Amino acid sequence: MCGIVGIYLKNEKLKNSLGSLLSKMLINMGSRGPDSAGFAIYKKEEKEKFKYSICINKLNFKDFEERINKHIEAELIKNSDHVILKTPTKPDAMLAILKEHFQDIALVGYGKSIEIFKQVGDPSEVVKKFKLDDYSGSHAIGHTRMATESAITTDGSHPYSTGEDECLVHNGSLSNHNNLRRKLKKDGVNFDSENDTEVAAGYISNNLSNKKNLKETLKDSLKDLDGFYTFITGTKDGFAVLRDEIACKPAVIAETDDYVAIASEFQAMAHLPEVNNAKIFEPEPGVVYSWGN
Amino acid sequence: MELDLKKLELRNVNDKLQNLDRKTNERDFTIINPEGNHAICAGLDKEMNVTIKGHVGYYCAGMNKKATIIIEGNVGTGVAENMMSGKVHVKGNASQSAGATAHGGLLIIDGDASSRCGISMKGADIIVKGSVGHMSGFMSQSGNLIVCGDAGEALGDSLYETNIYIRGNVKSLGADCIEKKMDKKHINKLRKFLNDAEIKNHKAESFKRYGSARKLYNFKIDNNY
Repeated sequence: MCGIVGIYLKNEKLKNSLGSLLSKMLINMGSRGPDSAGFAIYKKEEKEKFKYSICINKLNFKDFEERINKHIEAELIKNSDHVILKTPTKPDAMLAILKEHFQDIALVGYGKSIEIFKQVGDPSEVVKKFKLDDYSGSHAIGHTRMATESAITTDGSHPYSTGEDECLVHNGSLSNHNNLRRKLKKDGVNFDSENDTEVAAGYISNNLSNKKNLKETLKDSLKDLDGFYTFITGTKDGFAVLRDEIACKPAVIAETDDYVAIASEFQAMAHLPEVNNAKIFEPEPGVVYSWGN
Repeated sequence: MELDLKKLELRNVNDKLQNLDRKTNERDFTIINPEGNHAICAGLDKEMNVTIKGHVGYYCAGMNKKATIIIEGNVGTGVAENMMSGKVHVKGNASQSAGATAHGGLLIIDGDASSRCGISMKGADIIVKGSVGHMSGFMSQSGNLIVCGDAGEALGDSLYETNIYIRGNVKSLGADCIEKKMDKKHINKLRKFLNDAEIKNHKAESFKRYGSARKLYNFKIDNNY
């Protein structure tokens, strides 16, 4: 199963209610994925600084703050067991620091506008814990997970970061992920879990770093990824949707003058404003749809 | 009678419709605020008219028998799946597997139906005013699938004796599905369907008929699919 949701605002009208709209979508999709939940929310782009979304796990926040201050100058914003770390330190340097000195925490995403939060537990608990209702922003995507091929852990939760300001959520399962993981490791891509979606995320980020654009990358994945999937990929400017060519995994899109929303099932969007007058359609199999990119 | 799914539990609504008191004459129902819920009006087995105002989720009107159900919105996966008799009319679009395994009755979809429409149908009649997605009519055994628009890839793959009528383009035919001649009796039959569904803008003669080449009925050593 698993549930995926996304909402992209075409104007500023609903900006302040983005979090509460997404939160209801995630809670509704708890029926498709009760094991863990996560979301990526895109806010106004930082000019000078980078934002690193970090899950500090069971580490004490004060200890983490002390330790991080030894390495870089950063502003820390705590949200439950996650921390948004704002710093001028660039991703390459930051990733190296985290790898060397912070093996006990997990970097879940980074960029200039993205913030990612994900944790195990019932989606309704997860959104409450991270106070998703209070968030505003331009677009957001989310996921509720019913764990199948790997354990229920934070590592196994979505969204997966695929690079700076990029992330991926996935409903489905990939059958060639072990083989693909081996290939990507040779290309220098790192993996933290045994999860299939992480391989898809690695595949996408690897292609993007090889100067392919998102649409090309998604089209290539039709040929390289074997399995069932509906993907939503988030970027700084919007999101894209792709279903595999067999299209067993559902997706429905609702579009109005103010927003584009996507969910695994229509019921997750039933609370959205003016949804009954929206243009509602299913993305066709093997076709890349994108908004804002 | 109006049934509001914002106020009533879905289970209670279905329970009421599935167990209508024969002594009352109440046979007309309107369901409001369906909000994409699943299995609305599943398992109805008496003559009645139900209108659902809004979009519904999966398996709406599943296993329907005798009832007439109109959905004024879109439907999710498996509308009227395993229908035995009666009529289901979708005024919007349908998701995949519309009318799957349906044994009888009439399913009309005003918009498009996505993939696997009429999969394994066993005697129902399905009329789609728009187009259907890939693998429609897959392994369908009996009945009629009529599509006024186009059909996606692998139409009628591995089908048995369902008659498929398509007015628009067919992207590709599935294994053992071939175009067949439209005889007078087929045109007359199709004309009746179009009349019943109040389709006035298309002539029966403008459709093409597809059916089974009957080459997969028996095991053949030469088949290497």
